[in-house]
Formats: sequence, structure tokens, C-alpha cells
Amino acid sequence: MNQVTTTGQTVDKAIESALKELNTTRDYVEVKIIDEGKKGVFGIFGSRPAIVKVMLKIDPVEEAKQFLKDVCRQMDVDVTIHAERDGKRVFFSLSGENIGNIIGKRGKTLNALQTLTQIVLNHHSSQFLIAILDAENYRKRREESLIQLANHLARKVIREGKQISLEPMPSYERKIIHSALANEDRVTTYSVGTEPNRHLVIAPK
Amino acid sequence: MKQLIETIVKPLVEHPEDVQIDVIEERNHITYKLSVHKNDVGKVIGKQGRVAKAIRTVVYAHAQATEQKKVYLKISE
Repeated sequence: MNQVTTTGQTVDKAIESALKELNTTRDYVEVKIIDEGKKGVFGIFGSRPAIVKVMLKIDPVEEAKQFLKDVCRQMDVDVTIHAERDGKRVFFSLSGENIGNIIGKRGKTLNALQTLTQIVLNHHSSQFLIAILDAENYRKRREESLIQLANHLARKVIREGKQISLEPMPSYERKIIHSALANEDRVTTYSVGTEPNRHLVIAPK
Repeated sequence: MKQLIETIVKPLVEHPEDVQIDVIEERNHITYKLSVHKNDVGKVIGKQGRVAKAIRTVVYAHAQATEQKKVYLKISE
């Protein structure tokens, strides 16, 4: 049941009984007042009950979570998903066996799922939301290995005095490398090319 | 495989009832022809083909793990 129409002495009372019937709270519904009602004289003569229509709001986070779950199940991967919203960013952390199939080579599949989840998320949301997917702490591990790679390549650039181009990466991965080398004053970093082939270059100063 | 494509595509479009997938199996590969409602074509392709690329990435990843043959995904009206 997604919506009910209820009556009550006042609008508030009508809403209250609707919430009870839907077994939810005020935050998860949309209320449409059909009739505000009338108190009448002494509350007896000419009184008219208030009528409201209460609809369950579609929670974009729940909807996106369900989408992810369905897709993973179709990929024969059994996952548990934990969703958390922080302002306009929504974090989904996935865990389970065979999670490698969901991540893919260098996070390719995970990034694709992230794109799709974001669309589903915004399909039902009035505010623009950003989906961030993580699987078994993959993002954290990737960040560490990117920083390691950045430092390693920076040393090589300094040693050989020649610039090095990296492979194409999504913007947030490039950002990790840019900021990792921001304080290294013997090299400079910049990105060239257009998405999705935009890649980073580390050059000597 | 067909179900996976449906699961991905249906929540993305305005007309889920018009999502149709035809399977054409050939000797060396299988082609999945995805057709959606006229107004939804843009939705499944996306800006610069971003959405189409994401759908293909997920579908191909699963194909690699389960299918013997190479899999293609075609999108049409």
C-alpha cells in the first residue's frame, strides 16, 4: 500500500491516523490536503471533517540500494549493502564473497555500477545526489596504491629528467595523485586529453 | 544474461514495459539487441555514451565470467 486517504477532526489528526495506517512517520510521506475541514459552531453545527491524502515518498537511497542488490544478484554475487547519506553524497559499501567480479580490473566494473547507481538515485530525487560505491574497502586500498605509484614515478621523473604519462583514470583518482605530489617541488603534475581518456602527466620542473 | 540487462535497464527508463531484448546467437558470438521506447533511447545512451558504456562494462564483465562466446550489446529504438 503506497497511499491512503483519511479523515479527521483536523488536518493534523487526519494525517496522524494516515501515518498509523501506513506504519510510517512524517518524514517519509507526502501530504495532500483535499479538504481542510470546518470547525462549525461549538464544534457541532456545520462542521466538516478534514480530508487528507497521504502518499509514501519513494526513498531514492532505498531505491538505488535495491537496484544495486538486484544487479549483483544477477551477476551471481551475493552482497550485503550498507548505504549512508551525507548531504548530497550517498555512500554504498558492498561486501560479500566474489566481490572481485563486482570491482573488475582497476575498478572498471565498480565505476560503471557507480554511474548507473547515480542515475537510479537521481531518478527519484528532487535534489542532485552523488553516488559513491565501495567494495570491501577497495577505494581506500586503491588510494594507497595510487599514492605509492605517484611517489615512485615522481622519483623516476626526478632521476631521469623526463616526463611520464599515466594511463587514463577517472577524475577522483587523478585528484589523489595531484594532491599526493602537490608538495613535491621538483615535479609538476597536470592532466591532458578529454574524458574518458584524460590522463595525468608527471613532469620535471 | 538477458535478465541482467533487464535489471539494469528497467530502472533507468520511463517506460520499463517497452524494454525488449532479442538474442541473436551466432557461431562465434552472441548479440543482445536491446530496444527501448523512443523517448528513452537518450536515457540508456547518455551524454557522450556514458550510460551505454557503463551498461556494456557491467554486461561484458558478467559475460566474461559465464559465457563461452563473445557477447555484444546493441542498442536501438
